[in-house]
Amino acid sequence: MRESLERLAGLLHKEALQILRDPSALAIAFLLPAILLVIFGYGVTLDPHHVPLAVVVEQPDAITQSFVSALGGTPYFTTETFNTIQAADRAFDAREVSGIIWLRANFARQLTSRGDAPIGVIVNGVDANTARLIEGYLQQTWATWLAARSRAQGRPAGLPVAVEPRVRFNAAVSSRDYLVPGLIAIVMTLTGALLTALVIAREWEHGTLEALMVTRASIREILLAKLLPYFVLGMGGMLATLALAVTLFAVPFRGSLLVLTAASALFLLAALGMGLLISSFARNQFVAGQIAIIVTFLPAFILSGFVFDIGSMPWAVRLITYLVAARYFVAILQSEFLAGNVWSVIVPNALALLLMALIFLGAARLGARKRLD
Amino acid sequence: MPAAGESPAALRLEKVSHAFVSARRTATALREVSADAARGTVTGVIGPDGAGKTTLLRLAAGLLKVQSGRIEVLGIDVARDPDQARRRLGYMPQRFGLYEDLTVRENLDLYAKVQNVPAAQRHRRGGELLHMTGLEPFLGRLAGRLSGGMKQKLGLACTLVRVPELLLLDEPTVGVDPVSRRELWEIIDHLVHTEQLTVMVSTSYLDEAERCQRVLLLHEGRLVAATDPASFTARSTGRSFHVSAAGIGKRQLQEQLARTPGVIDATIQGAFVRIVTAPGAQPPADSLAALAAPLSVVAVPPRFEDSFVAQIKQVSAPPPPNTPAIATGGTRSEEEASAAMTRREGRAPSTTDEAVIFADRLTRRFGDFVAVDAISFQVRRGEIFGLLGANGAGKSTTFRMLCGLLPASDGTLRVAGYDLRHAAASARGRIGYMAQKFSLYADLSVAENLRFFASAYRLHGAQRSARIDWALEEFVLGPYLDVVSRDLPLGYKQRLALACALMHAPEILFLDEPTSGVDPLARREFWLRINALAESGVTVLVTTHFMEEAEYCDRLAILAQGRVLAAGDPESLKARARTAAQPQPTMEDAFIALLEAAAAPQAA
Amino acid sequence: MWRAVFALIIKELLAVLKDPKSRMVLIVPPLLQLIVFGYAATFALNRVPIAVYNQDHSQASRDLIARFTGSRIFTQVAALNSARQINPLIDSRKVDLVLSIDRRFTRDLLTHRPAPVQLIVDGRDSNTALIVLGYANSIITSFSLHWLRSHGEPPPPAVLDIRAQYNPTLSSRWFIVPGIIALLTQVVTLMVVGLSVAREREAGTFDQLLVTPFTPGEILLGKALPGLLIGTVEASVIILAAVLWFHVPLRGSLFALYLGIFLFVAAVIGIGLMISSIAVTQQQALLGAFLFMVPSIILSGFATPIANMPAVIRKLTWINPMRHILIVVRGVFLEGATARAFIPEYAAMAAIAAVSLFAAGWLFRRRTY
Repeated sequence: MRESLERLAGLLHKEALQILRDPSALAIAFLLPAILLVIFGYGVTLDPHHVPLAVVVEQPDAITQSFVSALGGTPYFTTETFNTIQAADRAFDAREVSGIIWLRANFARQLTSRGDAPIGVIVNGVDANTARLIEGYLQQTWATWLAARSRAQGRPAGLPVAVEPRVRFNAAVSSRDYLVPGLIAIVMTLTGALLTALVIAREWEHGTLEALMVTRASIREILLAKLLPYFVLGMGGMLATLALAVTLFAVPFRGSLLVLTAASALFLLAALGMGLLISSFARNQFVAGQIAIIVTFLPAFILSGFVFDIGSMPWAVRLITYLVAARYFVAILQSEFLAGNVWSVIVPNALALLLMALIFLGAARLGARKRLD
Repeated sequence: MPAAGESPAALRLEKVSHAFVSARRTATALREVSADAARGTVTGVIGPDGAGKTTLLRLAAGLLKVQSGRIEVLGIDVARDPDQARRRLGYMPQRFGLYEDLTVRENLDLYAKVQNVPAAQRHRRGGELLHMTGLEPFLGRLAGRLSGGMKQKLGLACTLVRVPELLLLDEPTVGVDPVSRRELWEIIDHLVHTEQLTVMVSTSYLDEAERCQRVLLLHEGRLVAATDPASFTARSTGRSFHVSAAGIGKRQLQEQLARTPGVIDATIQGAFVRIVTAPGAQPPADSLAALAAPLSVVAVPPRFEDSFVAQIKQVSAPPPPNTPAIATGGTRSEEEASAAMTRREGRAPSTTDEAVIFADRLTRRFGDFVAVDAISFQVRRGEIFGLLGANGAGKSTTFRMLCGLLPASDGTLRVAGYDLRHAAASARGRIGYMAQKFSLYADLSVAENLRFFASAYRLHGAQRSARIDWALEEFVLGPYLDVVSRDLPLGYKQRLALACALMHAPEILFLDEPTSGVDPLARREFWLRINALAESGVTVLVTTHFMEEAEYCDRLAILAQGRVLAAGDPESLKARARTAAQPQPTMEDAFIALLEAAAAPQAA
Repeated sequence: MWRAVFALIIKELLAVLKDPKSRMVLIVPPLLQLIVFGYAATFALNRVPIAVYNQDHSQASRDLIARFTGSRIFTQVAALNSARQINPLIDSRKVDLVLSIDRRFTRDLLTHRPAPVQLIVDGRDSNTALIVLGYANSIITSFSLHWLRSHGEPPPPAVLDIRAQYNPTLSSRWFIVPGIIALLTQVVTLMVVGLSVAREREAGTFDQLLVTPFTPGEILLGKALPGLLIGTVEASVIILAAVLWFHVPLRGSLFALYLGIFLFVAAVIGIGLMISSIAVTQQQALLGAFLFMVPSIILSGFATPIANMPAVIRKLTWINPMRHILIVVRGVFLEGATARAFIPEYAAMAAIAAVSLFAAGWLFRRRTY
């Protein structure tokens, strides 16, 4: 036992020295996460605001004026007035505006006489998601405008049904608050799987593993000596991302640090297991890197619920997502940050992570032998 | 002392066979090899490339699964209990896995801890090893920054932090310069002496094999001979001769002798050609009577190498005598031949005084470090000029500057009248270049490589196909036409590399360590071709650290620490090292003597 | 000169196609990504699980609920009978939306008072939340209009008449799949070109090339042209898959599309060669390519609109060739645009290509000669 610990200590010391001296390890462990965090924190948001709309009012009067100012009064839209629909069309085709609001010549007359006056709306449907969000905002603005008009005229209601939306956990519906927590899963995948697979492949390439194999160090010690340092590195990355998310980007954190740490540890073990497993059959860095990106990094991005809703995917793809460890972790992350300790989310997902960690680590242990063939 | 009941052999192999199975083919590496190594002895494993040396050592170290047969290490069945066996053996792979971003001390400490050397012993043992390997001054240096020789010594030190009972070394001296080689062997000998170590070492240096108590000769996976070096050498008694002939150049003579039936081997040695005849062949004087010139044939005592070559050639069918016909140009198309001839017209096929390669006070600095320090030399047309030196002496840097791959910091250089770095691209069409690692496109087939390099040298149309045909015939590459270069045997890779470098019949040929890692037989064949080229007027610049290859050079320069230590022809350099104790110094002796002499004034 | 470049191109193509590793890079990841992105990367929602808390057991409320359950988008998984059940259901992510109909619903409808309906939505995934709210809103609105009509009430004074140009069904796949063309073309070209010089350096063949009569310009061309060929072929394969497999309409001119792809691949090759001439090992080249690719994809408008980004970053995306090709590809596919519409994008990509190729040439000469 004492001998084993001594060997482990020697290997750990070596690993620590290597991490500190290898620029590419540091680049993957710190530079890449920092770039991702900055991009997602500052650059990427799914929420449209100040969407440029062309407004064509063929016969301006007080009524059309009130609708246009209702549009401009929201943070969602900025309006630009065009005299003819042709001019607006040109701006639309040149992608200068994302939509056209077209109030025809008889708009006010129809509105006051028999109602049902059409507000022509053309949105650019190329970016379907944004188009759908713009539609939603427009409907909301329209309903508010109707209600305000009815109230002003002393009539009972604009529309018979009044919708009272209530958004739980993310009242501002900010996409940053939901993307940045998920980023932790991506960052930990990079250190856990990609970096680990790369460093072990490097040991194969340099022949250092062959030399270690004939020493007294057991395969368990060799694996453990890889796991522990990258575990520390991964947890460090998690805590750094958490700190930056909360301080720099003001993402709320409503859960408990303890739960988050425990869940992260489970996920990291699963990711490390995958990294070890990849490196047990990919013995050069190029192949190991490729495989790690394809089977860990991309799925963590696309198939984890990080950006895209899993429930809406076709069933075959949905089945695959059950094999993606990041899926379970992203669910926990989003709850921990925005909701708090929701045990009904945490417990099943944590159990799934535990299972995956056991499977991957177990497979890596079985796959590793102190032999070259 | 072996305990009672324990097997006296430190390593015992019984009918060990091993095959590597891949999707495409099955390669048999070992066929029913049975041998053993007695305790406290050094056993050498020799044989051509691909003979199965590495597989044998890896099997013994428990790194490969024993497929058939039985291997016992110190009485332990390796297949059954590899961990127990590993606790008592040390193994150093061909490229020892040093952590290049760790320092010498850190590497040593790591292996000490991993091998559970008690802290008290660790210090003493580490100190001893560092002293023995001469690495004390470099404790804080990163292993990646050590020279090749120092890396190997550090690797050996790491293997020896805990004294094993059986030490397995896989080609520990490949790419290591003669001085470091000598030092490595001194360490091994010392350990065998003081610590009762059993050593099994594979090597492609035959002089190293001679230092062993026993040699195992492997060929194509079979154990061909297992005996002590002296009796192995004695196998070719009465078959080794020195031949010389008045009026015929040594190269021409060698070429003719090599083609003579009954002669197994012909090499240039000093002023003579050394030949080995087939067993039972006629005395050479008779068989050589056909040669015009009067020959002087003197029987000489056999060397280890003679038996090695004879033994290998005996068991393998002799390859078709592919006579280097570069000089005659017999197989070239008319057009091509005339193109080549116009270039060489009016030039005697021997050396002239015209300097084709010219370096004057050539200097290269990397930061503060002066890699090449004001080197000057000249190479005449048709000459084979060698650059010799230890690792880090500045050979490669000089070489790269001459080829235009690296700018010189200072000094002038001319190759065929140009500085290749600044000359028009077409000037490079006059040189051929063969890099150390046979830098061909590994994924391309032989034919594709040839076609590419023919186009690279601006050949096209009929001329291009004629040259490719020439290369296929000349280097017997025909059967391998569609084989992917990666899968070629090492010797053929080397042939292909040379064929590509000669595609355009260059005037000057640059060869960077052309025979590194190649077995003695392939080396011989290679030099035969180079000889023929030189005979036809091609100027050859070659770097090497095989000292016996210096014998093939007309003149050579020995480099150390970026300076020319000595220059001249092989005989005169050897003569400098002649002492009473060493009346017949080898090139290696001369080299080491020169280095020691150079170091002495500094030390004083 | 062209004969020499041709020989280099043949060599390069053979080297890429015969090496199982680089063949894998060309075939496996693009295929996987095409499938995964094509099917998985969608913002469109369906089968969103909802729960209903109906306190007004009337015909009107049942009608409203039927409109929800009858839509493709929502699936009712629970019916609640207490307000306390709402939060736990949302919290445990069993449902994304709870539709809560007030006790006074029918009464208010009949008495012309705003009839309250609560929509409680899970905001953890903000985008899904917004889309869900949008869908729910339009269902309720159409219910309202229908109710007015069927009860002889006057219609609201004005109604929205929304038409989505170019993508009438707002199919997310029509948006994502053309983007994949740009994405995969970039990944493959960058991998092939970015690693090629480093691979030759590691194998030692680069020195061998340099001592032959090739000029640096020829060597550079010999690296760039195969990349152009491979990139264009890769793009064509995915274009075919987009049209034939994913049925995305290709409405515009092929000339406009291929002019864009040509300039885009040229720009990516320039960047790839820059990485290649700086990197010494394949490992470094791989890392360099990765460090360039991740921001370039995220900041291209591939999944998240550029218009939503802060002004500084929006300006920065002008140097990102993928931003421009995405506009061209989506414009040609969905908007049916012709080359004239993309002059700014062409100009930008040509400029990026010119600068990066020039810089690559300069770095290349500096590193080798």
